[in-house]
Amino acid sequence: MEFIKIIILALIVNNVVLAQFLGICPFLGVSNKVSTSIGMGAAVVFVMALANFVTYFIQFYILVPLHIEFMQTICFIFIIAFLVQIVEIILKKSAPSLYQALGIYLPLITTNCAVLGIAILAVQKDYNLIESVVYAAATAVGFTIAMVLMAGLREQMETTRYPKAMKGFPISLVTAGLLSLAFMGFSGLVK
Amino acid sequence: MSNLKHFTNGIFRENPTFVLVLGTCPTLAVTTAAFNGIGMGAATTFVLVFSNLLIAMLKNFIPDKVRIAAFIVIIATFVTIVDLVMKAYTPDLYKTLGIFIPLIVVNCIILGRAEAFAQKSRILPAILDGLGMGIGFTLAITLMGSIRELLGNGSIFDIKLVSENAKTILMFILPPGAFLTYGYLIAAFNKIKAKS
Repeated sequence: MEFIKIIILALIVNNVVLAQFLGICPFLGVSNKVSTSIGMGAAVVFVMALANFVTYFIQFYILVPLHIEFMQTICFIFIIAFLVQIVEIILKKSAPSLYQALGIYLPLITTNCAVLGIAILAVQKDYNLIESVVYAAATAVGFTIAMVLMAGLREQMETTRYPKAMKGFPISLVTAGLLSLAFMGFSGLVK
Repeated sequence: MSNLKHFTNGIFRENPTFVLVLGTCPTLAVTTAAFNGIGMGAATTFVLVFSNLLIAMLKNFIPDKVRIAAFIVIIATFVTIVDLVMKAYTPDLYKTLGIFIPLIVVNCIILGRAEAFAQKSRILPAILDGLGMGIGFTLAITLMGSIRELLGNGSIFDIKLVSENAKTILMFILPPGAFLTYGYLIAAFNKIKAKS
């Protein structure tokens, strides 16, 4: 039951992009096409779950016993950057087809603040190891849902006429605002 | 003369929020009230100025291949300082800004300025650039915070501007309002820029 609650909360109620404002850059940058959004989403699910798995051990087996919790930010960002590199190298060697599909999105993930944000939030929420990984995966799926929806809307918008000053970011942000408004309908789904 | 230009560059012509559209996450997240904008802006400006300064000083010693990692360590160090200082002296603001204080590390404005400007420049221009960008960012998010606070809560900097029982548009301090306000502000900025 606890898991279902975490999943629903992370997936739609507190959607990482539309309600918590994490990972806005890739959300606006990559959501041009539905297919690329799915690729980016898959890479994020993978890296986020892995990042939360590793940072859990760093936090509770290194930082807390040594009483250097204030080093959290530096350690976590380094771990994430390192992980992304490792994942990229391993995928390139062992799963070239997957690498082909995810490759270009992987380096972009280091700068995705959702990865660092969710790792820190999971620690703040006192999740245990499994809860933390489930939370990360569900959040990342929520990120993917938001991105795919946004990409669908933006594909439609290509053929629409709107004022010149609204071109680019402004129209995307207004669209995201309406999407976020729609997602607010889910609040109160989980007590 | 050119030093002054480095400073003013970030405030209008290359405003990080409205023109470069960097650091969008804190811009959207913390601007529920005007004062939060100032707090977040000050924290970011501090990190920007000192990381620019340190990177400009160390540019000859950082090997090119590991420069991004080195920049991140420098930035993360200053973010940790800000984090600890704010926790100690401004606990209320620290609570409101929450997760977005440690996330200054991944604010693309800072890494962007390190990569695009500080690593190639002398010390003084780097500081001025950081200061200008920081002030540009602060002004932008304070403006956005004021608009959202006014529409959503009827006040600016906690000073009530409408009568007590007037209805306000609550949506503007909720997430959708952030996206809408930011979108229309960039559009307005584009319009002004196109004219000037």
